[in-house]
Amino acid sequence: MIAYLIRRILYAFPVLIGVNLLTFFLFFVVNTPDDMARMQLGMKRVTPEAIEKWKQQQGYDKPLMLNTQAAGMSKISDTVFFEKSVRMFVFDFGYANDGRNIAREIQTRMLPSLAIALPTFVVGLLLYITFALFMTLFRGTALDTLGVALCVFLMSVSGLFYIIGGQFLAGKLWHWVPISGYVGGADSIKFILLPVLIGVVSGIGASGRWYRTIFLEEINKDYVRTARAKGLSELRVLFGHVLKNAMIPILTGVVVVIPLLFMGSLLTESFFGIPGLGSYTIDAINAQDFGVVRAMVFLGSVLYIVGLVLTDISYTLVDPRVRLQ
Amino acid sequence: MMPVVLWTDAMIFLLLATILAGAWHIRKWPHLMLPWQRVATSSMGMVSLLILSLFIMVGLLDSLHYRIALPDKNNGQTVYSAEVVSAFDALASGLKNRTEKTYSAPMAVYLYAKESMETPGGEILRDHPRLRFGGAHLQNIERDWLGDVVQKAVYGALAGLLLGVLLIAAVWILFLRQRGDHLPLPKITDSPRKALLITTLLLATFFGAVANLAASYHVLGTDKVGQDVLYLALKSIRTGLVIGTITTLVTLPFALLLGVAAGYFRGWVDDIIQYIYTVLSSIPSVLLIAAAVLMMQVTIEMHPEWFETSAARADVRLLSLCLILGLTSWTGLCRLLRGETLKLRELEYIQAAQSFGVSSPRIITQHIMPNVMHIVLIAMVMDFSGLVLAEAVLSYVGVGVDPSTMSFGTLINAARLEMGREPIVWWTLAAAFGFMLVLVLAANLFADVVRDAFDPRLSHKN
Repeated sequence: MIAYLIRRILYAFPVLIGVNLLTFFLFFVVNTPDDMARMQLGMKRVTPEAIEKWKQQQGYDKPLMLNTQAAGMSKISDTVFFEKSVRMFVFDFGYANDGRNIAREIQTRMLPSLAIALPTFVVGLLLYITFALFMTLFRGTALDTLGVALCVFLMSVSGLFYIIGGQFLAGKLWHWVPISGYVGGADSIKFILLPVLIGVVSGIGASGRWYRTIFLEEINKDYVRTARAKGLSELRVLFGHVLKNAMIPILTGVVVVIPLLFMGSLLTESFFGIPGLGSYTIDAINAQDFGVVRAMVFLGSVLYIVGLVLTDISYTLVDPRVRLQ
Repeated sequence: MMPVVLWTDAMIFLLLATILAGAWHIRKWPHLMLPWQRVATSSMGMVSLLILSLFIMVGLLDSLHYRIALPDKNNGQTVYSAEVVSAFDALASGLKNRTEKTYSAPMAVYLYAKESMETPGGEILRDHPRLRFGGAHLQNIERDWLGDVVQKAVYGALAGLLLGVLLIAAVWILFLRQRGDHLPLPKITDSPRKALLITTLLLATFFGAVANLAASYHVLGTDKVGQDVLYLALKSIRTGLVIGTITTLVTLPFALLLGVAAGYFRGWVDDIIQYIYTVLSSIPSVLLIAAAVLMMQVTIEMHPEWFETSAARADVRLLSLCLILGLTSWTGLCRLLRGETLKLRELEYIQAAQSFGVSSPRIITQHIMPNVMHIVLIAMVMDFSGLVLAEAVLSYVGVGVDPSTMSFGTLINAARLEMGREPIVWWTLAAAFGFMLVLVLAANLFADVVRDAFDPRLSHKN
């Protein structure tokens, strides 16, 4: 198991290098730093001196890949590629356009993101699976058809509608909770409630239907017939046996997103004014802060790879037949 | 008049030609026709296809672009207007040109905002002024408004119903009377035919009423600069369709070639292709799209000389968005096709072809690709609705279509702060979400029917 994990982590490196090269290509080769400077400083009436100064401030004034003027190791290390891309492997993301340290900013913004994303994830998962199991229980009846129709309808509604509509109803019309904002500590509950509720509701359609198909694939297998033959109630069969055996396909889709919960949700956070990583990313996109976007791309792929490894480990926990070697 | 073929127009008509050619090919082979025959027996599938085809018609009309010749000639040379308009604009010119000063509610007669007006007695009065076009023909509003609206709706509905009946009669006379086998269409059985009949009549009645009302009112109100919201929503359809279809068209060659190659050749080819898609799929898609779109924006900003008109520029941006969405989303389909090819290549008929010495490219194109096409088709129709929804989100995030391109995303983005007004301006958002819901719901229902018809794992009675 340990050897397997080490191998998986070593295998992650080429992927991360690929991600790194891809983002480097996107951000520095497709457009030159001069283009970016002109974009930042306004298109017209920008002097070459201003461009040089901006590039120097951002650290983009070095050669891209190979510094022919430097000697020895700094031939490679004194370049944009080394300074901006290779440093990301030790989570040194440099500074944002407003001069703040991106790594520190990420650390402080992770908590609010997690405060929204984690409850949404847990409550959502429990609700969706229960809902899907009940649809499976009533399969073939009008209730099941109604459930599926509801799912298709709910998944056809834009995610933006849930947020805008929910904010309007709960925040503006009924005055249950503040429309947006965030404070730390125990008071944060009233700010968290609405985003979590909306996040859970907006996922019912797609997830409910997805889990229903997973359970329906299990329901015709032999062990289900055996369980029924033993005289177990249909409810026991579903929640005890089918759920357990459907764990592998469920975990495949679920575990991989757990680390990504740190990244928060772009839409929810920006609509509700949560100072998390999602709104950080959106602000960076709108301000065209390439350093922050690059950092988030890298962080996202690291977390995704962690998620893949966790998925493999979780298989061994639910299915004793799976051995990692 | 000078026809203008924008990039996305060309892609749309290419896609249309491909679909028609595909239909022509399928019609000759009963085994290819069989799943479509199953689609044609589903009432749900046929009704959702009818609704989808209405959207597609608006989109196609909106893709025939041209520039109008200006009346003044420059040294005998015709000068063309800088504005690119479409055949749809010409048809809906009434909606397009009747702009008010600012917001007005659906079916309203008065403007949303108050203005200072001079009464005949010379006093200055602050009140909501009458609209320039909405209900301008009414003399006495309190007395006539409701009666006029009801009358126009009923007359329009009746006219629509009549047209619907005529349309059905025409279709029946032209196609269905002779039940010949020469038709390139699957036979529609009785129950979906009844559903289609009822839906057509209902829709015709509804559209008749709306069209008649739209001639003298703003049925869905007007937006901040006074444009008719109904017109904006109808114009948004094309953007949604372009994103939903062209993106998959971009995805297809990558997913198909790489997926099949990885599954068929295995070994180092498989390793490289797997590496590429692991790298691409390990970046959260919104972030990758955002990064690519930001870079694309810089490139477009830096080269204003590439584009003759602002429409051409917005169009290239739309096409690049499709390209980027496609390049970041082919991995899922690629993985599916790789798995399927791995299974297929072990089957006897492929082994037989190999031992006969048939070349690999020929095996791939002749024996493997036709047998994974159902996966491609299912993926295409299933992805469509997700892409339409994604467009709205991306436009909100700021990495969507050009702000001058009308789309559901730009509509929602412009309107979302209007919910904070007092009284609230709800109609733009309602129109955008409503249109999107109908389009996506129809697409989802149709996709379900297509998937059930093509999925070999489901047992079919016929």
